[in-house]
Amino acid sequence: MSQRPTSPHVSVYRIFRYTMFSSFANRVTGVLMSIGLLVLVYWLMSVASGNAAYTRAAAVLSSPVFELIYAGLLFTFSYHLVAGVRHLVWDTGRGLERQQSQRSAWIVGIVSVLLTIAFIYWAFCPGAHS
Amino acid sequence: MSLRSPLGTVLGTGSAKSGAHHWWLQRLTSIALVPLTIWFVVSLLSLPSLDHVTVVSWMAQSWTALFLILFILVATWHSQLGVRVVVEDYVHSGLRTLVLVVITFIHALVAVAGVFAVLKVAFGGAA
Repeated sequence: MSQRPTSPHVSVYRIFRYTMFSSFANRVTGVLMSIGLLVLVYWLMSVASGNAAYTRAAAVLSSPVFELIYAGLLFTFSYHLVAGVRHLVWDTGRGLERQQSQRSAWIVGIVSVLLTIAFIYWAFCPGAHS
Repeated sequence: MSLRSPLGTVLGTGSAKSGAHHWWLQRLTSIALVPLTIWFVVSLLSLPSLDHVTVVSWMAQSWTALFLILFILVATWHSQLGVRVVVEDYVHSGLRTLVLVVITFIHALVAVAGVFAVLKVAFGGAA
């Protein structure tokens, strides 16, 4: 397969274009959430395994490292959600003009950051959860 | 002289003819995940605490269990479709097939474990 001819691809593009960045960010956030699914299932299995197992798992899952991971996952979720809606709008054939797409890339960035801040405040604000 | 027929050397190097199906499933699962993921995050953040009793009584409610199972199945499906494309795009060596097999197995394991856990709690097995 490596002998098959390929047209030049990666090398002909300027790396930092908003199209490339927003596309790549959507992939990266998606893959990170795929890894997050492992954490979710570990948590669900610990719930199903009874109180003692849950207490052991909760000790791991409430460590500062995991708090950081949850904050990260809230961002990846927010970004992937808003960027995914942008893709669904594109699939209807709308918003594909250069200016519209440039604007929607900014909207996705701003809305996802605002959503993340709201989620993180909700999750970590004092007194919300024990 | 190879035992491989001329047809065999060209088969499988072009389109697998299932791209539209993959694309459609990716869209279908993404549409479903918009409400499902928002529901999941908001419900989890709304729980008064995350101790075992609270989580179990939440998960044991019929509608919670049902939507959790839907969420797990659709999320792992969507994840499998997405990670597969990433692997197909960036893994070019002979490892590609192996990686695809492994990520598919992991996703199947995650889906079954998640559904099993929710059902066990819903049917009172975690008290």
